[in-house]
Amino acid sequence: MMRSAILVAVMSVVTILLRFLPFIVFRKKTPKYIAYLGKVLPPAIIGMLVVFCLKDITPLAHPFGIPELIAAACVVGLQIWKRNALVSILAGTAVYMALVQLVF
Amino acid sequence: MKMQTVKQAFIRSVPVMAGYIVLGVGFGILLRDAGYGALWSAAMSVFIFAGSMQYVGVGLLAGGASVFTVAVTTVMVNARHLFYSISMIEPYKNAGKYKPYMIFALTDETYSLLCDGKTPEGVEPELYRFLVSLFNHSYWIAGCVIGSLLGEVLPFSTAGIEFSMTALFIASFTEQWLTSKDHIPALVGLLGTFISLLAFGREHFLIPAMLLITVALTLLRGREEAAV
Repeated sequence: MMRSAILVAVMSVVTILLRFLPFIVFRKKTPKYIAYLGKVLPPAIIGMLVVFCLKDITPLAHPFGIPELIAAACVVGLQIWKRNALVSILAGTAVYMALVQLVF
Repeated sequence: MKMQTVKQAFIRSVPVMAGYIVLGVGFGILLRDAGYGALWSAAMSVFIFAGSMQYVGVGLLAGGASVFTVAVTTVMVNARHLFYSISMIEPYKNAGKYKPYMIFALTDETYSLLCDGKTPEGVEPELYRFLVSLFNHSYWIAGCVIGSLLGEVLPFSTAGIEFSMTALFIASFTEQWLTSKDHIPALVGLLGTFISLLAFGREHFLIPAMLLITVALTLLRGREEAAV
């Protein structure tokens, strides 16, 4: 158990270091290039996370990613219409749960 | 103003609640099956607070991995946090006493809620960001511990509820698209990751994707800065 405690501590410390590193390295003054990355990365990384979440879709085998496609379209449509993230997320998740439990 | 800040932060964090509790319960069950009970689940969710790393961590603990392997794996799985921190240097610069905790608690989901740098009207911005981070952390801890204690005894089928995380990112992506005139970074993120997924497969595409995105955005820098 001591060994497991050390491993948990290692995971914790390394994760903390990764999160703090940019703040420590660029504490005094943020180089222009890093400031530029800080500005353009958020939309790019959110795009990356969207693809990451959808990575287990099987386009060539049942259910062909159809539940994901329909639910994702609901989220996008509702977000454009209502501009309320909570509504889009809850409705999109409900649609997805209904599709995977009742239809596919 | 304080109450308003608490209220707005809570409302902002609600979409993460369902996802974190579900993912946390899943983790708690997995960890319990590997022979580690609720105290371990609580310790990991409090001190690591990184969902995918904790899932990977169950395998590392059960498999008796070495300290070196654990350290390297953590760097690989969590390297994307460097990117989150780089983009939050500016929004977090006035966070003061809240800052260390906010940096510690900067998960994918907290990042997606706060990365636009905006806060609702009538709130204290620093307290608001701190509370969003804290609420999310508490949902995660609650989920992980509940998973350890309850196991699979759930009264209804939650199949598909994990889509709440996906929906959260899709909603953030759509909202950023609607509020920004410049869609190049968003497209670079989508396409770069997709190309990397095709090229490297679903197990190993995240780090190549981050490199590809960084290179592409670096090459586009002149054009992007001219556009702003």
